Amino acid sequence: MMSSSLSIVPVFRFSDFRYLLTGLAVFFLFMLLPDTGLAVEPLQEYPVPPPPFSEGIFPCSDCHRDLEVNTKKRQLVDEHQDIRLHHAEQVRWCLDCHDANDRDRLRLTSGATIPFTESYLLCGQCHGTIYRDWRAGVHGKRTGFWRGPKRYLLCAHCHNPHAPAFVPLVPAPPPLKPRPGNDRVPTHEKRPH
Amino acid sequence: MKNDSAKSVELDRNDSVTRRDFLKKSLVGAGLLTLPGLLPGCTWEEFSQKHFSELAPAELEQVLRRLKDQYRRCYGREFQLSATGPLPETAFAYALDLSKCIGCRRCVYACAEENNLSRSDPQIHWIKVLRFPNGSMNPEDAERYYAPDKVPEEGYYYMPVQCQQCANPPCVKACPVQATWKEPDGMVVVDYNWCIGCRYCMAACPYDARHFNWAAPTLPINEINTHTHYLGNRPQEKNVVGKCTFCIQRVREGRYPACVEACPVGARKFGNLLDQDSEIRYILEHKRVFRFKEELNTQPNFYYYFS
Ligand code: SF4
Ligand code: SF4
Repeated sequence: MMSSSLSIVPVFRFSDFRYLLTGLAVFFLFMLLPDTGLAVEPLQEYPVPPPPFSEGIFPCSDCHRDLEVNTKKRQLVDEHQDIRLHHAEQVRWCLDCHDANDRDRLRLTSGATIPFTESYLLCGQCHGTIYRDWRAGVHGKRTGFWRGPKRYLLCAHCHNPHAPAFVPLVPAPPPLKPRPGNDRVPTHEKRPH
Repeated sequence: MKNDSAKSVELDRNDSVTRRDFLKKSLVGAGLLTLPGLLPGCTWEEFSQKHFSELAPAELEQVLRRLKDQYRRCYGREFQLSATGPLPETAFAYALDLSKCIGCRRCVYACAEENNLSRSDPQIHWIKVLRFPNGSMNPEDAERYYAPDKVPEEGYYYMPVQCQQCANPPCVKACPVQATWKEPDGMVVVDYNWCIGCRYCMAACPYDARHFNWAAPTLPINEINTHTHYLGNRPQEKNVVGKCTFCIQRVREGRYPACVEACPVGARKFGNLLDQDSEIRYILEHKRVFRFKEELNTQPNFYYYFS
């Protein structure tokens, strides 16, 4: 026991060599496997429901295929007049977010294009801290399992990307006021009038 | 059983036994037999049920079966009634973003539906939404009957309040019969079959989070949620106290509470404090949180924050 723990020169045995050979063999076998293309398309990182398109508008290429690309910033008059851009409209317009060449995809400032299902990447370019909170499941609505799969919502499910301010809602009715002897109002709160 | 006692008393009288004998027998008989009889619809089985903590698994099974039978008779629906215990390595906590809440009360009604709360007469809500003028945190300025056309309103913010699942719960200390206690995963629960309806806990709770059933719940049969938990959303009876349990019937199965799923703005967050990657831990680490009425040392497991 003493002698073996003291020996400094490693003894190379055939068994070690065997592991090395197996490792190399496995490595080369993997190299031989056909490219399945799995690694090319990025996996959907956050499970989201389909983007909230207006009825019958997607794919955009259905109409845009036959239209000439006009990259000049202008007021749209023939289509999309319902869209009121109220989202830093002085400094941007359609083609800052929509890709000019592939209308079915969005465009990042880097020039890379992304599908509508990953629009959070686009929003996250400007709203970094909110994007960080969203990824952590803290900004926005999360449903499903606190311990298990969660469903995320795209930014666009709650904020109209063209005018993102949250739209006021009709509140559900107030509670019934207590009747004498039937309920109480804690003394620290105002009594109902 | 009642008939039997009446009969024996009569017999005694006919036999003209001694006064002392008569009194002794009739008192014991009447006492024994009227006790459970005093509670409407209460069976001997129900009356003799042990404290929840002392129920052996087989006895608990029996209790659940009895209740399911009762609900079937009462509501004509088949209930799924569980008593799933606390999850290991779990400490539940809740966080609510006051910058996001718009006071829409969606959570209030989702809670009433999920938890089989009486809809009217009495109307019971385990969540109340308080409206505060901007800049105030004084509960005296709170208004819970606001009814504008649209929310949020200019100049106000909203603060929903429900049971804070205090780590140092005064309600538990106030209960004279231990019908309410704190579970190891942090939920303060009530055994509706053990509650005597004295309402001491309601007086002790600084958050007005406990609610008394002045009558049996009024529940539209088709709106009953039959997925229930013994310590949670099973239909309560008259004269017992109920409160938010973070939807024990859902969260012990890993799901989010109903109010979290109902909130349209995602102001409500829930999770496990012991899980490093949970939303709740993220909030505690990245946001400035506070607890309501912190100075009372109730140590709520419910955090509020402005994002
Ligand atoms: S909020 Fe009230 S009912 Fe809930 S644990 Fe604290 S004292 Fe008890
Ligand atoms: S549902 Fe959400 S936004 Fe509406 S009152 Fe409740 S917490 Fe506030």
